[in-house]
Amino acid sequence: MNFDLTEERQMLQDTLRRYLRDKYDTETRNTIIESDDGISAEIWAELAELGVIGALFTEEQGGFGGAGFDIAVVFEELGRAGVVEPFLDTAVLGGRLIAATGTDAQKEVVEQVITGGAHLALAHGEPVSRYDLTHVETTLTAEGDDIVLNGRKAVVVNAEAAGHLIVSARESGAVHEAEGISLVLVPADAAGLTMRGYPMLAGGRAAEVTLDDVRLPASARLGAAGQGWGPLSDTLALAHVALAAETLGAMDSATALTNEYLGTRQQFGRPIGTFQALQHRMADMLIELEQARSAVINAAGYLQSDTRTRDLNIAGARNLIARVGRLVAEESIQLHGGIAMTQEYELAHIAKRIVMTDHRFGDADYHLERFIELSAA
Amino acid sequence: MDLSYSPEEQAFRAEVRAFLEASLTPEMADKVRQGHDTLTKEDIEHWHATLNARGWLAQNWPKEFGGAAWNAVQRHIFEEEAARANAPRIVPFGLSMLAPVLMKFGSKEQQDHYLPRILDGTDWWCQGYSEPGAGSDLASLKTKAVRDGDHYIVNGQKTWTTLGQHANWIFCLVRTDPDAKQQEGISFLLIDMDAPGIEVRPIILLDGTHEVNEVWFTDVKVPVENLVGEENKGWTYAKYLLTHERTNIAGVGFSQAGLDSVKRIAKAERANGKPLIQNPHFAARIAQVEIDLMALSTSNLRIVSKAAAGEAPGIEASMLKVKGTVIRQEINDLARRAVGPYALPFPSESVDGDNNPIGPDYAGPLAAQYFNYRKLSIFGGSNEVQRNIIAKTMMGGAGR
Ligand SMILES: Cc1cc2nc3c(=O)[nH]c(=O)nc-3n(C[C@H](O)[C@H](O)[C@H](O)COP(=O)(O)OP(=O)(O)OC[C@H]3O[C@@H](n4cnc5c(N)ncnc54)[C@H](O)[C@@H]3O)c2cc1C
Repeated sequence: MNFDLTEERQMLQDTLRRYLRDKYDTETRNTIIESDDGISAEIWAELAELGVIGALFTEEQGGFGGAGFDIAVVFEELGRAGVVEPFLDTAVLGGRLIAATGTDAQKEVVEQVITGGAHLALAHGEPVSRYDLTHVETTLTAEGDDIVLNGRKAVVVNAEAAGHLIVSARESGAVHEAEGISLVLVPADAAGLTMRGYPMLAGGRAAEVTLDDVRLPASARLGAAGQGWGPLSDTLALAHVALAAETLGAMDSATALTNEYLGTRQQFGRPIGTFQALQHRMADMLIELEQARSAVINAAGYLQSDTRTRDLNIAGARNLIARVGRLVAEESIQLHGGIAMTQEYELAHIAKRIVMTDHRFGDADYHLERFIELSAA
Repeated sequence: MDLSYSPEEQAFRAEVRAFLEASLTPEMADKVRQGHDTLTKEDIEHWHATLNARGWLAQNWPKEFGGAAWNAVQRHIFEEEAARANAPRIVPFGLSMLAPVLMKFGSKEQQDHYLPRILDGTDWWCQGYSEPGAGSDLASLKTKAVRDGDHYIVNGQKTWTTLGQHANWIFCLVRTDPDAKQQEGISFLLIDMDAPGIEVRPIILLDGTHEVNEVWFTDVKVPVENLVGEENKGWTYAKYLLTHERTNIAGVGFSQAGLDSVKRIAKAERANGKPLIQNPHFAARIAQVEIDLMALSTSNLRIVSKAAAGEAPGIEASMLKVKGTVIRQEINDLARRAVGPYALPFPSESVDGDNNPIGPDYAGPLAAQYFNYRKLSIFGGSNEVQRNIIAKTMMGGAGR
């Protein structure tokens, strides 16, 4: 057993932490959030330059990492700093899915992603699919050498910035079946594709995407017809590790801010951290934070194991982190008092990031149900 | 023991319901449902005027001041019905905070001047208690007022001033004797917000809303006749005011309305091909909070009936505050959970120019509201401070 990071990962963590500490303060982030794009092109380019995106891909894919712990290290730091740039969407959900399924020609997009030159979005969820990830109503019809897409995709994060969208569509089978889902690489400017974009509560942007007779050559397919669920669920496993690690980093920030504030805020002539009622609650947060840290290690460490072990650890980690996340976000705000309710204060954003992660690919209950299913199997 | 409302109380409820049906426009109710921040100043003034025309604005005021003189049970019934109908909340600062203080401690001139103006909407009051350094420890406040002839000169800063951007008057706690013991050097002053030297700066909350402000005072001249009661007795008045701030502290009506709405949403949302309300985990969460709310509702009525009989609530108010806010926050947590990925959009963008919602029309404000309602356990005496009060009162020596 060895719980130390490798030298490379340690270096990556240090570099990334230093860069974000210097460059990504509350004010900078609030300016980015309020901008039209909701992303800083400059920060994106600099982080790509530092190798942050490359670390999320294997050597074979053109990167220099790509394992569970690489993803965890990067996203923990992104979460610590409350970064709103779409590394999850462009690199993990988009890039890794293309790397897993694409032809050589399609994989050129991955090279561009790694150098920071392209954005991607996964257009999978639909208006009524909630967290039910095999529920795909969008249709794909083959017509001669063409394929035609029709349907609606919901809350597609980063859709407006993306040059390409990866669209899931049903080619056969019933609406909720895993079998029969195809993946298609759709240029964002394809005729018949329209978007209604909007900012999100915890930063970043998303869009409702409508596909109205979007006609593409059959070569736009990613992977084999009707066989999209396998690679999609493998990619979602990576995304779960990323989301769990991001939340861990954010929770680390929240507890650190709270700890510091308890030591400095004076009421009744003494630091509020001297009240035992608050000390115990701080202690509980710290206990739970270590549980979360271990849960992320489990999820990252078993990522390459058999699917059942992998998914059991992922469901467990995301359930635990959703529970601890709510505790840490709410208690951090409460122990601060009014100040934490203000947009100008760092914790406000961090708390929103923590809680809103619950709404991406499954909340605490969803992952509990998945865990029960897997654990009984 | 009898859990039923008396025939008179039932008749009263019917009357309230009929009034709300007749007077509350669907547009207004819809705005309330879409989140508190969508109501404009004019909307709120309009609702106050509607209630005032019916004689129901000043519910706790005695008849001689133009009030409805309702007892605690009647007020409770109104609050329940109003929350259910999605009526705007009555802004409490003038009506239920300042007015009782003026009635008890103000001069005849102050009562005659200010009370009618609160009723008819001429004045919008805000509460200037908290300061950056004085939150839970309110008595440590520093804003000072120095007597200079027939004026006080006020310098300092108040913060968290709710709806101060709409107010033309502010009632403040200020320090008039810097040498006295903390609580003994404080006075209660009425200050015209248009006076030179006052600056109101917005504070944007984490859900993007502007409901609180900083209020800065630089050499603001306040006529001495704006002092309420005696100089340096302000703390006594402030404590009296706090007992009035505590009516409807349990927020049972709001929680009931919130829970009904969560159930409606959970019937409309689908998870794994079935209505979300049939999902055993979500159903259990709803049931748990509903069980708590049923008990709280009865606790509240127990205390309300005592108050109607003239007994002042003591630590019961603290208990209701803690439990009531925790339940309300839990319901708001369920609401954001219920809408799944559609909790992610920023609420003010949740409809386009043609009023088309991004997702289901109920989803827009829910996540933002969840964050906004973290305030419930912070303001009005934080839940920690309430627990301190309960422990100190109930545990004798060990609780001190
Ligand atoms: C949205 C909002 C609206 C508001 N509106 C108004 C308004 O209109 N007018 C107005 O005057 N004020 C208003 N307030 C201020 C509110 O009353 C204060 O926020 C509240 O008194 C808490 O003070 P604080 O925020 O400074 O927190 P602090 O007092 O600094 O408390 C920080 C933490 O320490 C805890 N704590 C403090 N003392 C103790 C103790 N002895 N034992 C254990 N724990 C303790 C608190 O519970 C809290 O968890 C508003 C606040 C908010 C958030």
